[in-house]
Amino acid sequence: MISKKNIIFDNIHGFNLSDIDSCTKRGDWSNTKSLINKGAEWIINEVKSSELRGRGGAGFPTGLKWSFMPKEKNKPHYIVINADESEPGTCKDREIMRNEPHKLIEGIFLAGYAMQSNHGFIYIRGEFVQEAKALEKAINEAYDKGYLGKDACKTGYSFDITLHRGAGAYICGEETALLESLEGKKGQPRLKPPFPANAGLYGCPTTVSNVETVAVVPTILRRGADWFSSIGNKNNTGTKLFCISGHVNSPCVVEEEMGITLKELLEVHAGGVNGGWDNLLAVIPGGSSTPLIPASICEDVVMDFDSLKNVGTGLGTAGVIVMDKSTDIIKAIWRLSKFYKHESCGQCTPCREGTGWVMRSMEKLIHGNANIKDIDILKNVCDQIEGHTICALGDAAAWPVQGLIKHFRHEIENRINNYKVLKVAE
Amino acid sequence: MMVKLFVDEKEIEVEEGSTVMQACEKTGAEIPRFCFHERLSIAGNCRMCLVALEGSPKPIASCAMPASEGMKVVTNSDSVKAAREGVMEFLLINHPLDCPICDQGGECDLQDQALFYGRGNTRYEESKRSVDNKPFGPLIKTTMTRCIHCTRCVRFMDEVAGVHELGAIGRGEDMEIITNSPSGLGGELSGNIIDLCPVGALTSAPYAFKARPWELSKTNSIDTLDALGSSIQIGSKNGQVLRVLPRLNEDINEEWLADKSRFAIDGLLNQRLDIPYKRNSKGKLEPCSWEEAFQIMTKVMNSLNPNEMASIVGGQACLESIVALKDVMDSLNVVNIDSRPILSKLPINKKERSGWLFNPKISGIEEIDNLLIIGSQPRYEAALLDARIRKAWLENNIQIARIGGGDQSSYPINELGNDADIIDKIFKGKHNYNKILDNSYKTLFLIGESVLNRKDGAGILGRIREIAKKYNNYTDDWNGIGVLHTEANRVGALEAGFVPGKNGFDTKGIIEGMKTKQIKLVWLLGYDEEITEKQSESFVIYQGHHGDKGAEFADLILPGSAYTEKNATYINTEGRVQRTYAAVPPPGNAKEDWKIIRAFSEYIGKTLPYNNIEQLRNRFERINKTFIAENSVIKSEVCDIGDTKIRLNKSEIKPLEINYFMTCPISRSSETMAKCSIAKNKLGI
Repeated sequence: MISKKNIIFDNIHGFNLSDIDSCTKRGDWSNTKSLINKGAEWIINEVKSSELRGRGGAGFPTGLKWSFMPKEKNKPHYIVINADESEPGTCKDREIMRNEPHKLIEGIFLAGYAMQSNHGFIYIRGEFVQEAKALEKAINEAYDKGYLGKDACKTGYSFDITLHRGAGAYICGEETALLESLEGKKGQPRLKPPFPANAGLYGCPTTVSNVETVAVVPTILRRGADWFSSIGNKNNTGTKLFCISGHVNSPCVVEEEMGITLKELLEVHAGGVNGGWDNLLAVIPGGSSTPLIPASICEDVVMDFDSLKNVGTGLGTAGVIVMDKSTDIIKAIWRLSKFYKHESCGQCTPCREGTGWVMRSMEKLIHGNANIKDIDILKNVCDQIEGHTICALGDAAAWPVQGLIKHFRHEIENRINNYKVLKVAE
Repeated sequence: MMVKLFVDEKEIEVEEGSTVMQACEKTGAEIPRFCFHERLSIAGNCRMCLVALEGSPKPIASCAMPASEGMKVVTNSDSVKAAREGVMEFLLINHPLDCPICDQGGECDLQDQALFYGRGNTRYEESKRSVDNKPFGPLIKTTMTRCIHCTRCVRFMDEVAGVHELGAIGRGEDMEIITNSPSGLGGELSGNIIDLCPVGALTSAPYAFKARPWELSKTNSIDTLDALGSSIQIGSKNGQVLRVLPRLNEDINEEWLADKSRFAIDGLLNQRLDIPYKRNSKGKLEPCSWEEAFQIMTKVMNSLNPNEMASIVGGQACLESIVALKDVMDSLNVVNIDSRPILSKLPINKKERSGWLFNPKISGIEEIDNLLIIGSQPRYEAALLDARIRKAWLENNIQIARIGGGDQSSYPINELGNDADIIDKIFKGKHNYNKILDNSYKTLFLIGESVLNRKDGAGILGRIREIAKKYNNYTDDWNGIGVLHTEANRVGALEAGFVPGKNGFDTKGIIEGMKTKQIKLVWLLGYDEEITEKQSESFVIYQGHHGDKGAEFADLILPGSAYTEKNATYINTEGRVQRTYAAVPPPGNAKEDWKIIRAFSEYIGKTLPYNNIEQLRNRFERINKTFIAENSVIKSEVCDIGDTKIRLNKSEIKPLEINYFMTCPISRSSETMAKCSIAKNKLGI
């Protein structure tokens, strides 16, 4: 359980104001200049030794990612913030942008400085209207106070931030599709290599980072990497925003230490599972892309990147979706398949054709109108999608179904058998 | 720099920057692909080329992955096989599998690769997707349900053609290739997307349901509908030319073909002259026998003095017939012969061939850094040359300026204006453009036919020669003057010396002479331009393959053969000697052109000394040794072409007014080309 002094996002629930003066009182924008004066190298090293891992889902070490940017500057460098938070079950970045916008903006400046970038872009999800307004207001406030602009924070360094609203496509949360969309093209992932650090936005070196990742950086720099890395477990350090939704008594977004157990997270912050812990059926621990885990695993699983990986799922965005025993688990996963089918960009074959196939097969399984061998075919189709696509959307579409088959095969088989019996009876 | 890597445990060295696919191919490992095409950007979207890479948890797309030192690539493992099978299965689930009614059948990448890399059975039991067809114009038939979304067509139109009219809308399964152009694709190269389409989504509309590829006889030949002489393959069946495909030729057409060359072939079936005609006493044309025709000719010719006779050849006549006709004319002492357009000031002295050749060569466009177009619209005059210019602009960022204006093309043009005066200013070093010339190391001066049709054509040519000389672009190493012709064999006719003899009339003189009764007989060899009304007093012999403008007012018609019906030599605008090969016989009683002339020579008592085409081509040797070596290029010397003393007149420089789809008897007789012309008018571009 997190102690109050370790909380980074004091105002994540919006109990206080989010204007610049209130934020400054809570510590944002204080001595930013002195952090800048310590130099780009220092910032990157500090982030490296804090062991901060990207909060957008993949969990790549942030300091390492930032150090991939070329040291010489032949072209403009860009930092792009991925605020296209579209993963079902995830709503943490939204709260940051609403209630703690200056943590993000200050973070962009510091990260941008560390990567020799003079321009940051925030690519915000199109549906986030209020959040875009809040962010726009906060950016303007920062300009008015002189924290951004030609002489940002009186450091002599010029830094600008542009807010760009997306048009509502899940795929634009994929970093290279985001860059395409930001350039005004159809949002489709690019081939890698080249990676954005070499050729990103407009062909210039670019780093794309998640909102939460960047928003925690100012606090890490102020309080020190050691403080951050002392929280949580090795390689899985710091605090994290968890988004708890579904069949719990009080769904919420809450900041907790990495490595808290799932059970504690749900019991303490979300008021427990509807109808008690024993009524739990399964949990999707990290947003819709991660495979579900059944109640038996939920009992003692720890919420961090490596522990969840060990039980065959992932921390992802830490969007915890709780499902109690009233859930039609097959229908629930079908709904996710439908989502991925709808959001596939259509560029590469396995995802374009496979997501539709998976959705249709799942549709049949809801009623059990299938054969037992269809389960194996479905599993095989998912395997054919996974790892064969340009971006990770194919994987994300395959994993929930693979998880379902792994843990609830008996349920699917029952349904098929029952359907057959019913048919015979008719 | 070379990098060393291993493909299936075989060590291989490739150049740095090569892809894994290239490395695999170098070892002989076959990599299936759909979206990848050597001349287009890499899309990596079909996922068919996946291979395993040691150390990588996922298979990689070999078309997009750069080869790097020490890579260990596996192309023949079970996992690679499974990945290919998987992709193949995905491609096929929504493909209609309507091969029996698909024109692509027999030459379909999907069909072929499904055979080699597919599973052979389907596990997909749901309904298939169906997609509405799209209006791609009169040339391209779409069956979009068959589309596998490789986006080759989109990339071709964007990159090579530079016509941004194709794209994809919709996401996921609902993604569709569409055009934003309501009446079909624009540009002059859209037909190439038919070749590029790996499935039957885009097929040739005029060729629809005509034949299966294995039924066609294939003849490698060259195209004669513009002055480039693109390499083509003619597909014919039952004595009809059914389709024309491009053949790889890096020097000329790479692997593309212009729409006219590809689609005008239905014109070969319409308006054909298949039997000799004579004009009867009522003034009507009536069929006659070859013998009768020759007897009439002999009678008329015997009654005339040599200076009362004349001959003009058109731009599509082959070198064989030109040489034979010239031999006949020489033997009759006729000096009134010409092969140039009516107002042309093209030089006639073979020493000055720099003034009629495209000296820098078509592929030379890729070496330049600066291009000045004078009175030409390469887009319409030689569409594939225009594509080269776009390529050079994209790859080498060449600067392109133009004098004389014209339509927009697929690259930005710095329009200097239309006044002939501009050339004078540049000549005197008093124009802003001189700075650009100063800063360029290789400039190409592209001179359109329209310039040489001006009264002061030689004056302009002379000034350009001097400008080129001044900036080191007219030397033995780099001759930057390129005359772009519009006709397949204009250069051939000039090289054969089919130009006025001493005191002879030129084309203009001959036509005026017909009015003033100085010329009483004229033999037109495939000449279909400029003469607009019947000159009643003179006797007109028309030899050609189409009942077009020339045949209309002829008194005697000798039916010849088109380029698909004869073995003949053509010399393209850069001076390249190329040959057509007969794919089908000429229709009816029509004959090969040189044979007609040879047969006639007997009647008039001046029998030509050759009885077969080999003997005729041996005769070529005496004119120019280069003529007999196929694919060799005539060399030009740097000399003082044009005449700087001729004053430039005030009139504006204007490129030829061309309806791209209707430039010659064949294309004018083509229904497809007529449809294109209408569609283009509708588009208003």
